[in-house]
Amino acid sequence: MGSHGAEAGEARYDGIGAAASADLIRAWNIDVAPNGAGAPPGSGNVSNGEAVYFEKCAHCHGDFGEGVGNMPKLISGSGTLLDDRPIRTVGNYWPFATTLFDYIKRTMPMQAPQSLADEDVYSVTSYVLYINNIVPKDFILNQTSITGIEMPNVDGFYMDNRKTKESYADSCMHDCPPYQVLGVAK
Amino acid sequence: MSCWNGTKTRAYLRSRSKRPDWVRPDFGRRRFLVAGSLAAVAGGAGASVSRAEEGNSLVPEWTRSLGAGVDASPYGMPSPYEADVVRKNVDWLTPTRESSVNFTPLHALEGIVTPNGLCFERHHAGAAVVDPSAHRLLLHGMVDRPMTFTLEDLLRLPRISRFYFLECAANGGMEWRNAQMNAVQFTHGMVHCVQYTGVPLRLLLEHAGISDKAKWLLVEGGDGAAMTRSLPIDKALDDCMIALFMNGERLRTEQGYPLRLVVPGFEGSMWIKWLRRIEVGEGAWQTREETARYTDLMPDGRARRFTWEMDCKSVITTPCPENPIARKGTNLLRGLAWSGRGMIAEVHVSFDGGRNWRHAKLEGPVYDKCLTRFFLEDWSWNGEELYLQSRAVDSTGYVQPQMAALKKVRGVNSTYHNNAIQTWHVKPSGEVQNVRLG
Repeated sequence: MGSHGAEAGEARYDGIGAAASADLIRAWNIDVAPNGAGAPPGSGNVSNGEAVYFEKCAHCHGDFGEGVGNMPKLISGSGTLLDDRPIRTVGNYWPFATTLFDYIKRTMPMQAPQSLADEDVYSVTSYVLYINNIVPKDFILNQTSITGIEMPNVDGFYMDNRKTKESYADSCMHDCPPYQVLGVAK
Repeated sequence: MSCWNGTKTRAYLRSRSKRPDWVRPDFGRRRFLVAGSLAAVAGGAGASVSRAEEGNSLVPEWTRSLGAGVDASPYGMPSPYEADVVRKNVDWLTPTRESSVNFTPLHALEGIVTPNGLCFERHHAGAAVVDPSAHRLLLHGMVDRPMTFTLEDLLRLPRISRFYFLECAANGGMEWRNAQMNAVQFTHGMVHCVQYTGVPLRLLLEHAGISDKAKWLLVEGGDGAAMTRSLPIDKALDDCMIALFMNGERLRTEQGYPLRLVVPGFEGSMWIKWLRRIEVGEGAWQTREETARYTDLMPDGRARRFTWEMDCKSVITTPCPENPIARKGTNLLRGLAWSGRGMIAEVHVSFDGGRNWRHAKLEGPVYDKCLTRFFLEDWSWNGEELYLQSRAVDSTGYVQPQMAALKKVRGVNSTYHNNAIQTWHVKPSGEVQNVRLG
């Protein structure tokens, strides 16, 4: 394998660092990428997901993902991205289903992160996709099917283009345009 | 002016219920005398100037008594008269304190360095308390040698020290639609600046031998959010640092102890705290934090992603809502400017809402991707109404925009990266209010 810097097979700093064990990498490497890399074995379905969701998730996110109090909604928002107060949810904003699995596995439930078995993460993920009308009720989510889900807003993003699309070279120093007061903080 | 001025005294009295623990009974006599003196001064409301003059002509109590001995406060704390200079949060902003933010009191600080105890906090699952002897940094993926590093390992490597600002992408996020927060602490306080000391990330990547095909890193924290962001390899090899120290001491718990990633000029959420893992790969991971959050919804209903760099920005920190003008005549105008793309080249100040501008003095040091302090000297206020603005220009030639110009391009739904010019309305009374001009 070609490398930046030090020659392959030769450590540059003597005695610094230890070889990472396969067990440690397996335990810590929990991320899942859009191409499915990192998705663990196992599977889950919507009805199991509903049961896990009611026990572990509903008290914050609501029985159907509608949110409780100020806690995040998981559904709705369709057609609101042009509104004055857009709602951004899994259904109308998140571009990749893998992100949902990854996030649930690493952070949820909030009080007990990384406490769910992979089957439960697959199940809850499929349930959240189901209540957003993205997968049917009989959907089986696994390391293969997770890469085939097309999220509604997958095309809703573009790369940072500030450098080409924004220029504010307003260096006026004297007799610049007048203003009016539009608002005052209370 | 000494600390006998009336404003400070009232501020201290208001905050006495929150007096820090270190003002303990074993301060004894000293503490009693301080409280007694304050009561005497506070009794003379409206006459603080003459009382102060009178007080200075007498021999004050602290001159006629013993102060606290060494080790009374073995780490050290600010003067109790500065007890209001603390981080503060906005209760309604977030549903939990563990996934929340507080704000740096910019109005009360000077120079470019933020004291470690005042650097704003932003956590996604609370501040993790990590045992440094048990902590490991794992570096794996497209590398020749997957490795773990202990803190002891990192402390044996060559290290560098650099001053950098760290700004949350959401700084100013409450101000997109209109002027809302009547305090610079809340309009601009999600920024801090310290001297970071640590190991260049490049050294570790070279040590493990990264593949030529590597394009991205996944960087991940060891907290309950296992916070993750994708970082482009060019940035990682350029100026990123694994920081172990800030302002000369080990990192504070809430700033990622024992180690955090430093990503100069980039939005704060990429500066992963409690850093435990770096994975080298070919594609971006599209984590929740770079898809559902930290993406900027634009007026066409689509969103910009990977908007890493913080735009050039500035704000006046005196006068400001927390620092009204107390007297006519000579006054000091001061503020802070910064850019994620380089150095601050110029700062302009306007008294009339942007119709006419003057050049401010940049007070060094002026560093790359660092807070820069500016002053307007020889400024006299005669009680007239002002619409105060500052406008920064960075070394790329970028000029900080007026809010109207920024909104024209970005609308009001982007949440992040509000770098618009701030307006403070100075009333004839000297009070200062956050206003929106257009």
